[in-house]
Amino acid sequence: MDFELMINSFPKLLNATLITLKLLSASLIFGLFIGLFFAILRVNNNPIVNKFAYGYSYVFRGTPLLVQIFIIYFGLGQIEYLRSTILWVILKEPYWCAIIAFSLNTGAYTSEILRSAFQTIKPGIIEAGQSLGISKKIIFYKIQIPIAIRQSLPAYGNEIILMMKGTSLASTVTLMDLTGVAKYIISTTFKPIEVFIVAGGIYLFMTFIIHNVIKFLEKKYSY
Amino acid sequence: MNIIKKFSLGVLITLFLSFSANADKIKIGTEGAYPPWNSKDASGKLIGFEVELAWTLCRYIGQQCEIVEQDWDGMIPALIMRKFDAIMAGMSITAERQKAISFSQGYADEVASLAVMKGSDLEGMDTPAGINLTKPNAGAKKALKTLTAALAGKTVCVQTATIHQNFLDSGDVGKVNVRTYKTQDEVNLDLASGRCDAALAAAVAFSDYAEKSGKPVVLVGPTFSGGAFGNGVGVGIRKDDTELLNAFNKAIDKARKNGDISRIATKWFGFDASM
Repeated sequence: MDFELMINSFPKLLNATLITLKLLSASLIFGLFIGLFFAILRVNNNPIVNKFAYGYSYVFRGTPLLVQIFIIYFGLGQIEYLRSTILWVILKEPYWCAIIAFSLNTGAYTSEILRSAFQTIKPGIIEAGQSLGISKKIIFYKIQIPIAIRQSLPAYGNEIILMMKGTSLASTVTLMDLTGVAKYIISTTFKPIEVFIVAGGIYLFMTFIIHNVIKFLEKKYSY
Repeated sequence: MNIIKKFSLGVLITLFLSFSANADKIKIGTEGAYPPWNSKDASGKLIGFEVELAWTLCRYIGQQCEIVEQDWDGMIPALIMRKFDAIMAGMSITAERQKAISFSQGYADEVASLAVMKGSDLEGMDTPAGINLTKPNAGAKKALKTLTAALAGKTVCVQTATIHQNFLDSGDVGKVNVRTYKTQDEVNLDLASGRCDAALAAAVAFSDYAEKSGKPVVLVGPTFSGGAFGNGVGVGIRKDDTELLNAFNKAIDKARKNGDISRIATKWFGFDASM
């Protein structure tokens, strides 16, 4: 064990954790909106809207995240037409490609989590609202959505942790995130065990924080 | 019960046989993704200059060999952890790597070069045809200055953990935006897509790609050798494995004397890259 290497690589890895956190937070924010949007489509009664939303979540939950990020980064980059459009400004950057892939992926899972939460809301609660003369729209936004969000907290906490670990795939499209920098240090020191232990420790610490924040929120919003 | 016993006995025998069969085989690690040094054919079989050379060297050593595939970025750690006994993967002999492993004498040498897509503003740089960085002369120093000016603020793509990355990180051409990839294939893809302003690798890696893909990839600037680019490509061997190191050195001597290395090199590179 080369403890000196572990200590020396720690600040570099911590610095790279910033990129990991940026990728994670951007993907979670975009993903939450995408997820909420598709969850609402999923509980819609129109079969076409419903099937479309189902198709989206089926495709993105049914394929590996690595494949998705490769298709968006290397795949779209091969289409010559796309390179002449304004879209290329975004797709040219590995950072945005990673965020697009992560957001679409976590959005698919989030839509499923929220959908099942919507469907577990007891009809009695909605009926209670209706009997008070509250409009359908307000029932949806002020009663159904808040309850669904509370219901989905435990499952969503898991999704955040999975996504946090998923960001390590950003290193496959040249981003120097925590895993990317760990690999870079290994490529010059040839000591994978020491460096990966430190990187793994940082990931574990982030999981610890996320886990506890979710636990706190669950307690706070329990009813 | 009887079936389980027979089955476990069968498993044990198979395991034993496979272990004993492997015991005296030399395992050689290669990447299989860096043509023409080493690559794979359509059926997934390992081919290339080093694969053919490995079989030849093993014949001279007089021992059975097995060639195994390993991702480039884990090549040296895998050797140290005894997943195989020797590296033949277009790995240049550099001082940095020699801190971790030993190298046989070099068996081939090949220059590195920058590549761009046709029409790039980096085309037509005024530099000598080739520069050696071990003891850079006035012409080489001037070429580095030209390159520093031309590459300022540009994104240059390289495969990770290579001499090419080391060179860009060394600061000899100023502060370029270095982007690293797991394989040379991915570097080629992003060069073609326009995400990279330029790429740096073995010159043959680009000509091979241009030929096979039909993409207008052109070499620019000088070819590089020496310095950060090391002293030729050799067989990487664990430091404590001096016996195997000597065996490879002798085998390379014989193969060179008999003209095997130049013959195989000419076949795969189109020119004699042997040394």
